Amino acid sequence: MTTNVALAISGITKAFGTNLVLRGVDLDLHAGQVTVLMGANGAGKSTLVKIIGGVHAPDGGEMRLGGAPFRPADPAGAIRAGVVTVHQSINDGVIPDLDVATNLVLDRLPGTGEPHLFKPGRARTIAAEVAERMGLALDLRAMVRDLSLADRQMVAIARAMAREPQVMILDEPTSSLSDAEARRLFALVDRLRDRGVAILYISHRTSDIRRIADRIIALRDGAISGRFETEPLDYEAAVTAMLGHGLTEAGIEARPAGAEVLRADGLRLTPAGRPFSLSLHRGEVVALTGLIGTGKTALAETLVGLRSPVAGRLSLAGRPYRPRSIREAIAAGVFLSAKDRANNAIIPAFSIFQNISLPFLARYGRFGFLTGGPERKMARDQIDRLGIVCQGERDPILTLSGGNQQKSVVARWLSQPCRLLILDEPFQGVDIRARRDIGAKLRETAGDRATLVLCAELDEALEVADRILVMADHTLVGAHVNTDIDLDQVLSQIATHAEAASDARPSR
Amino acid sequence: MSVDAQTDAAARTEVLIRFGIRYGFLILLVGLLIFFHFSARGFTSPQSAAFIFQSVAITAILALGVTATLVVGGFDLSIGAVATTTLMASAYVMVVWDQPALVAVLFCLGIGLLVGFVNGVLVVHMRVPDLLATLGMMFLLIGLQRIPTEGRSISRGMTLPDGTTAPGSFSEGFLALGRHRFDFFVDNLIPASVVVMIVLGIVMYVFLEFTRHGRMMYAIGSNPRAAELAGVPVRTYKIVAYMISGVFASIGGILLAARLGRGDIASGNNLLLDSVAAALIGFAVLGAARPNAFGTAVGALFVGILLQGLTMMNAPYYTQDFVKGAVLVVALVFTFALSHRAGR
Repeated sequence: MTTNVALAISGITKAFGTNLVLRGVDLDLHAGQVTVLMGANGAGKSTLVKIIGGVHAPDGGEMRLGGAPFRPADPAGAIRAGVVTVHQSINDGVIPDLDVATNLVLDRLPGTGEPHLFKPGRARTIAAEVAERMGLALDLRAMVRDLSLADRQMVAIARAMAREPQVMILDEPTSSLSDAEARRLFALVDRLRDRGVAILYISHRTSDIRRIADRIIALRDGAISGRFETEPLDYEAAVTAMLGHGLTEAGIEARPAGAEVLRADGLRLTPAGRPFSLSLHRGEVVALTGLIGTGKTALAETLVGLRSPVAGRLSLAGRPYRPRSIREAIAAGVFLSAKDRANNAIIPAFSIFQNISLPFLARYGRFGFLTGGPERKMARDQIDRLGIVCQGERDPILTLSGGNQQKSVVARWLSQPCRLLILDEPFQGVDIRARRDIGAKLRETAGDRATLVLCAELDEALEVADRILVMADHTLVGAHVNTDIDLDQVLSQIATHAEAASDARPSR
Repeated sequence: MSVDAQTDAAARTEVLIRFGIRYGFLILLVGLLIFFHFSARGFTSPQSAAFIFQSVAITAILALGVTATLVVGGFDLSIGAVATTTLMASAYVMVVWDQPALVAVLFCLGIGLLVGFVNGVLVVHMRVPDLLATLGMMFLLIGLQRIPTEGRSISRGMTLPDGTTAPGSFSEGFLALGRHRFDFFVDNLIPASVVVMIVLGIVMYVFLEFTRHGRMMYAIGSNPRAAELAGVPVRTYKIVAYMISGVFASIGGILLAARLGRGDIASGNNLLLDSVAAALIGFAVLGAARPNAFGTAVGALFVGILLQGLTMMNAPYYTQDFVKGAVLVVALVFTFALSHRAGR
């Protein structure tokens, strides 16, 4: 290993409220080396990136940049010191309504000592130098909004390079690129490596990681759970370290399934995806696991009418089922508790009971008038059943902790009987206790319906499910009954099929 | 000990701030009433009260309508133009087409519904930002209302563009909408427009606070994506909100026509700004920090009371807009700065 450490991170801790997100992370980034960081949702990846990038200050631990203490007060401070971040959302890195040249020199505009008059000619001269250095073959006068996503990403990275950083963080840079575009990006990353930049690269894509990783670091529950630094890099072991297992033997007693509730035949979610079949039964909790971006949410959205499948047939309780909107799905008794509660579930202006009752208001009054009594009683029942910590059902939802907000969201969909309940990442951003409460309640109430839980973390799936399905590249690649489950097989299905999947991706 | 004392003091300040945010505006309103009672003779008489209500009635009706669009997170700049368009249209229907009052009223309500529907479709389906869509509609209507009469006001016996004389006139029944006064303790006290305002205010309040439709509209305004995923028909309710706004504005226009008794091309210039101000002042009432029907009504009354009191104290008419603006700014500070500091 090279010994030239660009950024040394030691003992970094960070908590948000009572939620300990990072529990002492030690990590060295070496100059001229690509370090890949892997971690599931909520492992603390983005918090770590934000601390390095100066967005958050750590609670404990220290960082040293080139040997000197590095304590950025804000993102601008981190950039001045030589640490730049290229964010996952490409449009955060470029300004679409300006041309390429202006984008490349943008960071000089606020600088003191720069002339006040903007000269396009001079800007293009500087931009041409930057582009030349980065091997960027683009028309500098082209508007960024007219470029492809890949080209925009290149401009964002080149723009970051114009600051001559020592450390560059690339946060899932290929998440919206095709394979051919990704290859161009890798060529650019090679160039950065040759220039001696220490690169922290965040990604789950096997093809990315095999192509450019010099080493892999796995992050899990706020701590480093595996380091893989010797050739050949063991990708499967890294996935295992990232997802983890064996910590919690939840003691699930897999129950016999009842009548079939939902059936899918020859379902294809994307034009390139292989068709698959799915059968969900009454009384059964099924977990669907797989890496991020493998089609779990696409399947959930298909089942509630938010998107239509490319091919295949659905039937619900023996009858053809083809919902055209989420309203039709709810009317048919198929409920979806969406992931990312802040954006997709919580009504911030509402109280707890108003949040819970929202989809079913027609059932709590006469002639459209809400009388309040039955609605609030239902909410109080749900609060008791799920153990939502609050003073009363009229508390504003935003006064609750994250875990209790999530419980309220789950309570919303448990408050009325249904045929099929789908929960997309119901344990996202909640502490272990809320997670156990929610899981237990899902199992306890599962008798009269089919339940499908989507979770990327294998531990969560093991805790809640009778049956575990594995998804990769928008198709099902494995099914396991959750008793004496062969975890190695599950993990290898998650990992190896993901590899086959990303290799099989069509290039544009 | 001292730490306890400090937290005690902090808690007391906290309670005080909460109280201020919640009741501050109503206390200010009562304070104003008391002040004017002592400093302006005759301010607290029934006639004066009726006058205040009458002066804000049409503004308040428009403001109640725009509240519906604010609730779903939209905005409607076309309400003033809808009101003046229906003012002209009602006159045109009765004077030029020689139709009865009922036809005029139905025609105007139709205009309000149609304009609201078009606004809603522009915002929801064509994805034009609400301010721009309704601004465009405002211009369109201001221009449209001038075309049939070649830019002139409409009154009985006017000469039409083709040289003939207009056959019709405002019917008695229609004029009664603007001029009839109901007995209320004192004979001939309350104008019909005030009764309409109070009824619409109650209807809007009940609709927004106590029906599931109102609840869903507030959900849309707070987080449209989450509302959609909970099965709320977001697009439909948004269009309905603009239609409510349009129809309320057309009712305001009808009452204005009935009060004036002619299709006056220059009337209603201030309606948009006054009614939007009333709705925004309403955010501050009872610390709601959101659009609400009760607040909107109180906001309109607040402005009316202030102007009436100042006028009776001989403040010149040209200071009125300044006073309204000052009230609005203070109300917005109440709503946004203070309630955010209280952590909500």
